[in-house]
Amino acid sequence: MLTVTDLSVSYGAISALGGISFSIPQGSIVTLIGGNGAGKTTTLRTISGLLRAKTGKIEFLGEDITTLPAHKIVARGLCHVPEGRMIFSNLTVDENLAMGAYLLHDKALIAKNREYVFSVFPRLNERIKQMAGTLSGGEQQMLAIGRALMGSPKFLMLDEPSLGIAPRLISTIFEKIVEINRSHGITILLVEQNANLALEVSSSAYVLETGRIVMQGESKLLRTDPQLKATYLGG
Amino acid sequence: MSEFLQQLLNGLSLGAIYALIALGYTMVYGVLRFINFAHSDVFMVGAFIGYYLGKLVPEHTVWGGLGVLAAAMIGCALLGMTIERFAYRPLRSAPTLNVLITAIGVSLLLEYTGQVFFGAAPRNFPEIFPKQNFNLGSVIVTSNQLIVIAVSIVLMIALQLIVYRTKIGTAMRAVSLNPKAAILMGVNNDVVISFTFGLGSALAAAGGILYALNYPSIDPLMGVMPGLKAFVAAILGGIGNIPGAALGGLILGTVETFVSGSQFSTYKDAIAFAILIIILLFRPAGLLGKFTVEKV
Repeated sequence: MLTVTDLSVSYGAISALGGISFSIPQGSIVTLIGGNGAGKTTTLRTISGLLRAKTGKIEFLGEDITTLPAHKIVARGLCHVPEGRMIFSNLTVDENLAMGAYLLHDKALIAKNREYVFSVFPRLNERIKQMAGTLSGGEQQMLAIGRALMGSPKFLMLDEPSLGIAPRLISTIFEKIVEINRSHGITILLVEQNANLALEVSSSAYVLETGRIVMQGESKLLRTDPQLKATYLGG
Repeated sequence: MSEFLQQLLNGLSLGAIYALIALGYTMVYGVLRFINFAHSDVFMVGAFIGYYLGKLVPEHTVWGGLGVLAAAMIGCALLGMTIERFAYRPLRSAPTLNVLITAIGVSLLLEYTGQVFFGAAPRNFPEIFPKQNFNLGSVIVTSNQLIVIAVSIVLMIALQLIVYRTKIGTAMRAVSLNPKAAILMGVNNDVVISFTFGLGSALAAAGGILYALNYPSIDPLMGVMPGLKAFVAAILGGIGNIPGAALGGLILGTVETFVSGSQFSTYKDAIAFAILIIILLFRPAGLLGKFTVEKV
């Protein structure tokens, strides 16, 4: 569904990604794990068009989207839930969800997506008139994912959904991520620092280290890999 | 008492004009975080469009007046969008200071191009609306004041509906809160920014026509003072805050009118800036603004 070939990105003179390649099959959950500054967020931002690639190619559903402006990439069905959630704090939950459906014009489809979002995150329905900035961290993450679902995405990129969330909510969020993938067949690229959790829900994984992929394979195999265990899974 | 009411009425009608101009400053600040100094000259162009079109329609008619008003608003909306497209959009990733200086450049360009085309001498603005005075006890209400107040109220309600009830309005607020997140929703920020300029410039044109109805001598530099006052009004209300700009305009207009009716009338312009300084000292975020730490 998504194929990234030899992608490199730099911030000025500093190289952030040094030619990475990976591909994500339709319907799967794939995870990108790695420490701080490994280039995970940079990878997602480049795919969604917020950053520009220096070299390399990004193909989505057979189309080259490497140089497409960000708002047009969203229109192709590739939706990025950014790190730090980036909800619109002074808009209501309702208005945030409406922004998620910005590109849709079919009212019936928007209503159906809202129903679906509320079935996945009933909490959002209870908070519908509240300013998004007043929600808890976990609720804001639900809103960020719900907002992305409003646009009928085919492919969802989630950047650190566990960041800054109460521990008991993290497992809920991850259950929902799996549910979204299973029930709607939405392909997911998950970026996580919590490697244990990420490997648990994903089918395959790539390990990034200072802008390069150093390891890749089936998630269940990587979970028992001694080297990975020592570095990322806490021994 | 009647003098007080009279001055209050005069003040509110002047304030309503400041409010219309201030809305443009504050909306553009909301989406781009810079002060569009050329805004006051769009106001001037609005008055001149009214001047030329006003000669083509019969005087003293409601439909003629409204037609001229609508045409000036459309003309200035296009002007504002053109300025944004060619002067500001190329600087989208440049530091704010560069954009600010460009805005001053555009302002001077409009003023002196205006002098070339319209001449530097003041011109008499035609009486496009019917003119009549109403005596309410000892208070005199002019039809122009009623027009100013009615048009301002209608435009502000319309603006409120656009900003809070429409998709593009929600997108404007979203871009203002978090431009990156808005892009990720599929919003073409350039379109939203252009729309914001159009909307603000249309309000400035309406302000220009209404101002010219009450102060019928217009010239290419006429925007400078009202523009500065409206800028102060926007700061006073809290820059980036739409109801704040309206409130700031009304306060400033009222205060200015009361000062000019008192023995300190020579200082009426100084008062506006004194208010600005006091506000910046005690409430840097303005009356309705929230103090936020600029993120780096």
